[in-house]
Order: sequence, then structure tokens, then C-alpha cells
Amino acid sequence: MRKRIISVFLAGLLACYALAVTGCGQKDGGKGSLTVFSYGEYMDPDVLEQFTEETGIEIKYEEALTPEEMYAKYKSGAIEYDLLCSTDYMLQKFINEGELQEIDIDTLENGGNIGDRYWELATAFDPENQYTVPFFWGTLGILYDTSRVKEPVDSWDVLFNGEYAGEIIMQNSMRDTYMAALKYLGYSLNTNDENEIREAQELLVEQKPDVQAYLVDEARDEVVAGNAVMAVVYSGEAYLGRQYNENLEYVVPKEGSNVWLDAWGVTKYCEDMEAAQQFLDFLCREDMARKNFEYIYYSTPNEAVIEALSEEERADETLVPPEEATENCEVCLQAEPEINDLMNELWKELKAD
Amino acid sequence: MKKTKTISRRTFLASPYIVWVIGFTVIPLGLIFKYALTSREGGFSLENISAIFDPIHMKAMLFSLEIAIGCTLLCILLSYPLVMALKHLNMGKQSFVMFIWILPMWMNFILRILAWQMILSNNGILNFILTKLGLEALPLANTGTAVMIGVVYDYLPYMVLPIFNAVAEIDEDIIEAAKDLGANGFTVFRRIIFPLSIPGLLSGIVMVFVPSMTSFVISDILGGGKLQLIGNVIEQEFTKSSNWNLGSGLSVSLMIFVLLSMAFTMKNDGEGKGSAIW
Amino acid sequence: MVEKLKNILSRFYIGVVILFLYAPILVLVMLSFNNSRSRVTWGGFTLDWYRKLFSNGQIMEALVTTLILAFASALFATVIGVLGALGIHAMRQKNYQVMMIFTNIPLLNADIVTGIALMLWFVHFIPLGFGSVLLAHMTFNIPYVILSVMPKIRQMNLSLYEAARDLGANAVYAFFKVMLPQLASGILSGFFMAFTMSMDDFVITYFTKGAGVNTLSTMIYGEIRKGIKPEMYSLSTIIFVFALLILLIGNYLPGKRQVNEQSDIDF
Repeated sequence: MRKRIISVFLAGLLACYALAVTGCGQKDGGKGSLTVFSYGEYMDPDVLEQFTEETGIEIKYEEALTPEEMYAKYKSGAIEYDLLCSTDYMLQKFINEGELQEIDIDTLENGGNIGDRYWELATAFDPENQYTVPFFWGTLGILYDTSRVKEPVDSWDVLFNGEYAGEIIMQNSMRDTYMAALKYLGYSLNTNDENEIREAQELLVEQKPDVQAYLVDEARDEVVAGNAVMAVVYSGEAYLGRQYNENLEYVVPKEGSNVWLDAWGVTKYCEDMEAAQQFLDFLCREDMARKNFEYIYYSTPNEAVIEALSEEERADETLVPPEEATENCEVCLQAEPEINDLMNELWKELKAD
Repeated sequence: MKKTKTISRRTFLASPYIVWVIGFTVIPLGLIFKYALTSREGGFSLENISAIFDPIHMKAMLFSLEIAIGCTLLCILLSYPLVMALKHLNMGKQSFVMFIWILPMWMNFILRILAWQMILSNNGILNFILTKLGLEALPLANTGTAVMIGVVYDYLPYMVLPIFNAVAEIDEDIIEAAKDLGANGFTVFRRIIFPLSIPGLLSGIVMVFVPSMTSFVISDILGGGKLQLIGNVIEQEFTKSSNWNLGSGLSVSLMIFVLLSMAFTMKNDGEGKGSAIW
Repeated sequence: MVEKLKNILSRFYIGVVILFLYAPILVLVMLSFNNSRSRVTWGGFTLDWYRKLFSNGQIMEALVTTLILAFASALFATVIGVLGALGIHAMRQKNYQVMMIFTNIPLLNADIVTGIALMLWFVHFIPLGFGSVLLAHMTFNIPYVILSVMPKIRQMNLSLYEAARDLGANAVYAFFKVMLPQLASGILSGFFMAFTMSMDDFVITYFTKGAGVNTLSTMIYGEIRKGIKPEMYSLSTIIFVFALLILLIGNYLPGKRQVNEQSDIDF
């Protein structure tokens, strides 16, 4: 009796396994399908549908919330992604670790739609523009409520001078928060000098009692709702915030800030380079880039799309950051391992304080 | 003789579960231990395990403990009157009553916690109602109190259900008999209902205390990221710092700590078999 | 008089707890009628999100996956868990304790740790996809089933089962006719807890799912950054209303009359 039950169970288990293995989750390598890895809500679903319609290539879209999460899942090797879209410093890591294949950018028919300014920006992490195609970009700055802030804000100082104690929202992300402090102190956000980082830490510890919350995603909503007066946010978020509350204003502080760039790369697992190039080219096509732009409302590097914008939209600095706004800005790069560890330690200390 | 035989023969029923535990709990646990016991450079190290004694981690740990114990106690305090009230109204046996406590959980957890954020925020719904009633607004947003409300909200059903099930099973006749013998309501509760509900209570404690030690989403959203639970630290090590070794090490220490502390508190449970947990 | 006061107090207290549990649900229902993409501004009443919901193939697909996954994982977990609990209960003290410790481990690990460990382990023998998520969900569901059923087993009257056996019932018959009815409420609550846990999980699902497999939770998780799509609120509302209806219909079904008469309060 006992043996029978155990053997029935084991047989059942085997059957489950067989079902699981054959039933789903197989990687269809080669022709007919691409597995792409990007951020959540970072692509208009219509674009993917239309791509499949036009080329017959199926797209499996996989989402991540943070670059680190993406890295963890990618590196486990569980899924062999063909293409991925990530952020500057993480792409740098992927490139350095030999995870990306060279792309023949010149053969992208619509590659010319991406302005020189953005190719130039990408050289910070992809010096020869060999591996990545820019997708969206923007700046980091302060979103504030003009009905409650009397004089115009133009400096990080407003976050640290204690005038708006309890009304400030900082980013719940290590790099972004240190970045604000480092820039305020006049240092590079990619500094590898321990003392400079410790100085920033002191400033942030001092600031903590004034901070209402460290948020990532809800920062914009909190300012829109009037729960806080100002928040450190990405430019794209600022644009969306202003749609709901016209009293909001966004500024890239004069001390400089972070300019970020998300871009696509083709991984070493990709066996069908032609399909991958087709996909990248498709994303650069004016109509598709516009669809994505209107879905996400982050700044696009696609000049064909920018040119077609209305006068008013083009003048909006949250949609099209002008050259002056990014003059003092730096692209965030992979920090030295020791510096990275130090920052992680200090960040935990700050949060636990 | 016959009895012991029937009982011990029953253990084979657990064999599928034992296979499962080995395949999907023990082996993955082994992987976590492997990470926990290697340093980042590779090579054996106890550093990640002992990292829990780092003052920053200790602080997060103590705060987690505070939240978990507070949450468990509050859930117990809220559950018993509820179960007694249901029993009083003769609703103790209907399975549909059980669903009332489960139903809210069918709406997504993140959505519900975000909804709490809207209720508790400075210009939120609660303060709107309070000021309309002429009362003073409560600055609950991004405080420990908000986190506590969130965890109690999230875990309360896991305490109510097992206690509810245990109490529903109690024979009415016993209670009637006690009343006939002159026991008042409180005595009935103290001498009959409470002792008989202990198996359910213990299950409830495990299902509330243990997961609330490792929660991080609630403290992130309702605590405004200013309050750090050990769950937040572990999560950060995995998703932000990419230091899986430290994350695993902290997780292992936390696991050992919780198992030990529960073994300690439950040891004196009078029943021969040990409790539902041990 | 005292009895009446007690009744009122009981009802009041139950009402307060229900309000506490359902307050955020009310907020979400309200948001599903909000004619604004932002959750913090009220743009007037609309039914648009409901209309858009049904034309959104992605959400519908995720809904189907979520329901199948929750149902299958809860069902399998209940079978394994109930058998497991019966077996464990019959073990000697020491084995019993060891098994219960291992039962608690999936509850003890932070989700992210369980998720990554399972992912690293699955990679060795199964491609990530729906199957791997199902295995992962069963793994964290079983403890909830065992913890719900175990108290019932400890209260159960074993001699009834043995009497049935002595009277000639075979083991399977006695199990279904005598043992199961005694455990029914524990099994039911275990099943629904498991179902609920599976519907709600996102971290473990995220790490063990394959490309292209989406549940509602992972979809919502992916949307946090850009703001939750209002369609999600309307979907939640529909799920909620649907479940509530089933609950009420089940409660007023003719066969259940007897149970109903016991209660002097109706919802």
C-alpha cells in the first residue's frame, strides 16, 4: 500500500515535470521570435503588436523594475534574452562583462532619426557607439509647488537649508540621493574620493529630519496631491505631474545634475542578429518612436519626433531638455567596487538613523 | 496495540510532502547557505552570518522585532473579541463568515497598501474626514504608526481564521454545561474557549509573526522609506547593492533567530505533543 | 437587557473590523470610476476604464494566467498539505518537530530570498515558464495549508475513524466519510489562504517566471513606477464584486437554509 502510493506520487511528479518542460517556457531560439527585456510600462503594447504584424517575428516582452533586478535575472542565465533595454551605468557593466554584441548601427535605416547629441551622450558608457541604441533620456531635478514656494528655485540649496522642513521628498535610491548632495557640494557625481562621499553623507544625515519621505515611484503623486512641497524626480515624471497640477514647476539646479540615458543592446545570446536589428530599426522609425513617446512621455532622442511636436511642447523643458539645462550634467557611471560598497554601507546607515 | 499501529501507519501520507520539502525547501535553502557562507570574493567566510551584529543591522532587526511583536499582539487582541462576537451572534459556524475576512485579500496587495497610503497621507482621506468633523488632523503618514496599521491590516485575517476555525469546533454542550454550573461569560472564555483555541492561536502566531519579520513593501510605502526593517536591508542587498552573499547571510541569521525565539517561547506549551508549531 | 447590549456591542465591533478591512477596497472602487489617470486627482465620474479593460488583451491574458495559477497551485498544495499534515501529526515527537521547522522555512525567508533561491535551483532542471511558477507557488502555499489544517487535526476525534475501520470500512472510505468532514473548515480556509497568497505574490513570481508569462501581480508591480493603470482598479472591482456575489449566492442557496436559520443577522 505504502509503496504503491509513493510510486503513484513519483509518477505524478514526473508527469508534472514533463508537462512543465514541454508545455511552456521553452526558448524558441533562432527565427520567428525575440525575447526582449526592458522596464515595466516602457513600451506601447501596440508597437510590439505591429512589429509582429509587419515582420512575423514574435516578441516575448519581459519586464524589470530596477536595473539591478534586471542584472540579477539576466545573469542567472535562466532565460536567454535577445535584446535588453537598460540604463547608462548598467549598460556599461553589461558591455564590460562582454554580454553585448556589436551592432552594425550604420545599417539601421532609421538610425539617423536619433540626434547626434544623444549618440554623443551615449559615448559616456559606450565610447564607440558600437553596442547601444538610445531609447529615452532625461534629467534629474526638483519638482516643486509654486503655490507654496515663493521665490523660483534654481539650486539644490533649497533641499538642504531647512526652509521646507518636513515638506521634502527625496529619491529612495542610493545613487540619486547621493548625487544631489555631491552636486550641491560641487563634486562630480561619479567621484571616487572617499572624503567627498563622506561629506555628502554628513549633509544627508543632517537633512534627514527635514525629509518627509524617501520615495521612488510615488514622489510625483505626493507633490501633485499637495502632501509635500517638493520632490527630487526625473524630468519625465515632472512632465506627467504638471499635467495634473499646473502649479508645479521643474528645475535642473544650476550646480548641475544627472543626465540619464536608457538604450537598447543586443545580448551575446542572440542568434538572429538580423531580426534584432530589424527590431531596433523599428523602434527608431518615426511613427513607432512617436507612439512610444506618447505612451511614456519621457524625452525622446528621436529628432523626427521632436520636430513634429507643437511649438508649446518643444518649449517644455521637461519634454525636450535644452542644451543649457544639461551643460553641467553628468552621466552616471559604474563606481569603483570599494566606493560602491562604501556608498551602500552609508546609505543603510542613513536609512537606519 | 491496534491504535498505535493505525496511527504510526498514517505517517506515510506525508511522503509526498517530504519529497516536496527536500526538493523545494531544503535544496534551495542549501543554495542560500552556500551564498551566506562565502565571501564576495569567493572562499569560506562567516562574515555574512555575523553581519547581523553590525549596529545598523541590529537596529533594523530590533525595529522589525518591535513591529512583528506589536503586530502579533494587536492581531490577537483584535481577533478574540471578533471571534467571540461572531460566536455570540451564532455566526461561528458559517463558512461564508470566513470569506468575509479573506475577500479583501483578493484585491492586489500593492494596490491595497497604496490605498492605505492615500487614506493616511497628510491631505488624505482620513484627515479630510477628521477635519470635516471638526477634529484635528493626524500626522500619520510616513510614521511607525502607519507601518503598524499596514501590517496589522495585512496580517489580521491570518490570525482571525485559525482562531475562528478552532473556536467554531468547540462543542456547544461544554459551554452550556459550564454555564449551568454557574460559570460567567469570562470564566467560560478563560477556562474553556481560550484553552481549546490554542492550536489555532499558535498557527495564527506563526502566520503573522514570521512573515511580518521579513516584510518590506509595507514599510517602504507607508513608512516613507525612512524606517528600515531587516526585510528592507535584505531586499536592498539583493536588488540594489547586488551583494547576494550579505543578503543571504542576513537572511540565514534572521531565520535562525526566529526559529530559536519561537522554540523558546513555545517550549512550555503544556500539551504532550507539543503545539501546532513544534 | 444585558443580552441586548451584548448583541449591539458585538455587531458594532464586527462592523468596525469589517470597515477596517474594507476601507482600502472602497478607495480602490472609487478610483476605478475616477476620470483621471492620476490616483491623487479626482477628474469626475467615468466608466471608461471598464470599457478599456475589456479591450486590453494583455490584462485579460494575465487575469487568466493568474486565476489558473492560483487555482492549480492552491489545489495541489491542499492535497499535498492535508496529506502531509495528517502524516506529520502521526509522527514521533522529534520527527514532528523537524517537519514543522521545515514547514515554517518558506514563511521565514524574505520573498526575495526564496525567489532567487528557487530561480537558481530551477535553472538546473526546468526552463522558466508557467510550470516553474506553479512549482514555486505550491512551495510557498503548502505551509499555509498545513498550518490551517494542523489545529483541526489536533482537535479531531481519531477514535471515530478507528471505529469506522473496526466496523469494516476500508481506509479510503473511512478517510473520506469520517476524517475529511471533521477537517473540512480547516481545509477550506487553507485552500483559500493558498489561493489568496498565490494571487498576491509578485516577488517570487517575478524571479521564477519565464519571459512572456505575466500575472496581474507582476503587471501591477511593473506599473508602480509609471503609476498604476486605472484599468487595474476596475478589474479589481470586478473581481471583488464577482467574489462577493458568489459568496452571497452560495449563502442563500436552498440547501444551506438550515445553516442560515441559526443566524440572526444577515449580510
